[in-house]
Amino acid sequence: MNLITQFLFELQAITNLLWRSIKGLAKKPRYFSDIIVQMDQIGVGSLGIVVLTGFFTGGVLILQAYPTLAYYGAQSNAGQGVATALIRELGPVLSALMVAGRVGSAIAAELGSMVVSQQIAAMRALGTSPVRKLVTPRLIAMLICLPLLTIAADLFGLIGGGIVANQLYGLDTNTYVASVRTGTDINALLTGIIKPIFFGLLIALISCEKGLTTTGGTAGVGVSTTQAVVLSSICVIISDFFLSKLLQSALESTLF
Amino acid sequence: MVFDELRNGEVRDVEDFSREHASVIKELRQLPAIEFRDVELAFDDQIILDKVSFTVKRGETKFVLGGSGTGKSTIINLILGLLKPDAGHILIEGEDITHFDDVELMRIRQNIGMVFQEGALFDSLSVYDNVAYRLHESKTPEDEVEHEVRRMLRFVDLEAAIDKMPSELSGGMRRRVGIARALVGNPSIVLFDEPTAGLDPPTARTICELAIKLRDIEDVSSIFVTHEMNNLEYISTEYAILDREGGVHFELEGKTRCQVNTEVIMLRQGQIVFSGRDEPLRASPDPYIQRFLNGK
Ligand SMILES: Nc1ncnc2c1ncn2[C@@H]1O[C@H](COP(=O)(O)OP(=O)(O)OP(=O)(O)O)[C@@H](O)[C@H]1O
Ligand SMILES: [Mg+2]
Repeated sequence: MNLITQFLFELQAITNLLWRSIKGLAKKPRYFSDIIVQMDQIGVGSLGIVVLTGFFTGGVLILQAYPTLAYYGAQSNAGQGVATALIRELGPVLSALMVAGRVGSAIAAELGSMVVSQQIAAMRALGTSPVRKLVTPRLIAMLICLPLLTIAADLFGLIGGGIVANQLYGLDTNTYVASVRTGTDINALLTGIIKPIFFGLLIALISCEKGLTTTGGTAGVGVSTTQAVVLSSICVIISDFFLSKLLQSALESTLF
Repeated sequence: MVFDELRNGEVRDVEDFSREHASVIKELRQLPAIEFRDVELAFDDQIILDKVSFTVKRGETKFVLGGSGTGKSTIINLILGLLKPDAGHILIEGEDITHFDDVELMRIRQNIGMVFQEGALFDSLSVYDNVAYRLHESKTPEDEVEHEVRRMLRFVDLEAAIDKMPSELSGGMRRRVGIARALVGNPSIVLFDEPTAGLDPPTARTICELAIKLRDIEDVSSIFVTHEMNNLEYISTEYAILDREGGVHFELEGKTRCQVNTEVIMLRQGQIVFSGRDEPLRASPDPYIQRFLNGK
């Protein structure tokens, strides 16, 4: 099958799943406790790696950019540079990639092995819709948690940058904080929140879809897990570009 | 339909109601529990079922025999609506479910218990929560749930395992928990997919006794897929009776009761090659059937 038809099929499957999980939300029973459990696994469980990622990314940004800035005598703007890069781009994208790797794979593997061991069939036989019971809670948990995780990553990135600037290059903390504030305007914040919501949608849907369509026994679970991670990471990276462009035009023209 | 009144709770006096509609109820009672009419199904270009027709009467146990890959599990998936046939019709208690959507199927499935080939227990839930699954879904009060779960686990003789996780159970225990889960809510149809495969003879015997009890005491209609000929032996020649104290006894078919309510169909290459009671099956001259029964 060529790449384009494959892409279209994938898109159709994912849109279909989205539609069904939204319908699942509208009808009773709603699985609130499952949402809480998923939020714990997705959100709390990923907090550590996301915070670490953010911290060191912020640190390395300063580490690399500071000498150049100093060359132009612009070291007081270091904070602004980190803030812009982190909040608009690196925070959302890196958090999404980490979550795709950690949570996307877990979702695909869990749902995949439920398919293979007939647990999904059993669920349907017992009169429950697997989409409503399994997909909707994961989707909602992801939509809530990824933006929050991204905020945590941004925050710790700025702290990491501050520590590097202060400890390695002797930049005054107040100068850094002031410069960070210039870099965090409302556009950056909106971009930084809207993106992870969209990425969360992508990761949750792709991983659930890959998991639920697992075929071929235990080996198939491995295949869908890999596919889920690869596909959602690529989708995050590619959609990030277009999303950035879209948000740029939209925000810059309408708001400020 | 008259039964909309019943379903909507508009009927005050059930006895009056049943007298009034006696003929309809009688008719419903005679409807087969499951009916296949010329069902066809193919995966890609491989034909699995080719115009298969059979009925499972109310209270009857239907054995489905046939080699590996002849479509026995497929038949069960069709009954549950997990698969759709390419052609033909499937009726459950008189309702044609062939073109039902998921919502309508959910209603039908409420009334069907399914025992999967490997148990298919939910790994993330304890035995208690597995068995209670249906009741939790319908938001039954927890004390009722516990009562029912314990009753069901006693039925399969596993009350001690109530707090275990599925990963801590042996294959036979998993299978029996699967049976308990399927029987919660007293479904009138139970589907068994190789419930005794890979079990030791006494445990297999216990499961067959459960099936006999369901048939003779609970009046459940069932489909029993198996490769084990002694299952057929037990279930088609023994019946269960209750004594005065409510204890269950198993007796061999004989003078007191002429026919055990069990029939057999045998599948081969997408078609039913035998349909009837176990005696003619054993007497059949067909070499395929003989090989199946005797292994040679
Ligand atoms: N989803 C599917 N896609 C393609 N082919 C399938 C699918 N499910 C089943 N089959 C095929 O349908 C045939 C019947 O499968 P089924 O599971 O019904 O066999 P079975 O009679 O239950 O066998 P067993 O006794 O081994 O359980 C098999 O040949 C199998 O390869
Ligand atoms: Mg099978």
